[in-house]
Amino acid sequence: MSAVAELSLKDRIFEILSQVPDPEIPCISVVDLGIVRDVRGQTLVITPTYTGCPATIAIGNDIRAALDRAGLSHIEIETTLSPPWTTDWISDEGLAKLRDYGIAPPPRGAAKHSLRGTAAKCPRCGSLHTEEISRFGSTPCKALHRCLDCREPFDRFKCH
Amino acid sequence: MTDKNENQLFHHALRLGDDALILGQRLSEWCGHAPMLEVDLALANIGLDLIGQATHFLNLAGEIEGEGRDADALAFHRDVLDFRNCLLVEQPNGDFAQTIARQFLFSNWQELLMQEIAAAPEPRLSAIGAKAAKEIAYHAKFAGEWVVRLGDGTEESRARMIAGLDWMWRFVDELFDARDGAPSHRPEWDARIAHALAEANLELPKPRRGAMGGRAGHHSEHLGHLLAEMQFLQRAYPGATW
Repeated sequence: MSAVAELSLKDRIFEILSQVPDPEIPCISVVDLGIVRDVRGQTLVITPTYTGCPATIAIGNDIRAALDRAGLSHIEIETTLSPPWTTDWISDEGLAKLRDYGIAPPPRGAAKHSLRGTAAKCPRCGSLHTEEISRFGSTPCKALHRCLDCREPFDRFKCH
Repeated sequence: MTDKNENQLFHHALRLGDDALILGQRLSEWCGHAPMLEVDLALANIGLDLIGQATHFLNLAGEIEGEGRDADALAFHRDVLDFRNCLLVEQPNGDFAQTIARQFLFSNWQELLMQEIAAAPEPRLSAIGAKAAKEIAYHAKFAGEWVVRLGDGTEESRARMIAGLDWMWRFVDELFDARDGAPSHRPEWDARIAHALAEANLELPKPRRGAMGGRAGHHSEHLGHLLAEMQFLQRAYPGATW
């Protein structure tokens, strides 16, 4: 297969999967989240976010179904752990979508810094005057914060 | 599974998987019972991470073994004598302080071990180790903060934290057993523990004779009870899926 044809298959698959939402954070697609990593030959390579994320199986099923619907049932799905997923795999567009959805996005390069990263910015009023309530939130990928100015609690995507 | 290296790798993956599985199951017992909602979520999330890690390690063990067993088969279709987890993780939750003591001792050990595995040459193991190490950093931090909060808290919380650490301390030596543990991590682990306990205004528990045997399948009575609950469905309806 020529390089051009390879490229177009990859582009096509990424385009299809950019319509597949994350089951727990439906504002963001599995492509924006960085779960969809690459297309090698006839194999799609995906990676889990957290080892214990209960959505992992649902995500795999959703991706399979989307490929099948697009007539790509011959494409194999391979899961890789390495290099491990970090929040830096989330696209810029993905970060903006998280913010619009009310989830403070993780700062860039967070994985390389402390677990808490920098101060979380309130997704409602934009204040940096916020505090962490719990490092473990409603899903494995989120921590619970509170804005000390507008007083609203909010989720923050955990630095990872 | 043909050569000696593969056999060692199988047992290594099995131990790591069993540690994570049993502690994950233990932590799930807190779901709906923790002192407050945030702690409930935290313990459930930590349990979930551990069960995710266990799935990876046990799938790898099954793959190396080559007899068609996957993580589910290893988790649900083995009996107590075949489990290779350390005794620490199977200990009952006790009160909240005892659970925190267990987590504090275990997560600090597990984090050092996973960092080592992440840098090891075996690619399948190191991939899991690298992923797990990042999650465990959160667990160790959570447990360490609660050790300080309880230890340096009220008279009651302090007494409970001391009792919890005292109970769990006898299971520490097994973690560093030369046959299968990571004795080289002991100095750094000791330093981490001493640092947190100093901040909590607590003293190191008194030395005790270490309880051993989990790695050889000689478990405390508690593991059988845990498995009875965890494996009930697969025992009553073997092979059931949904």
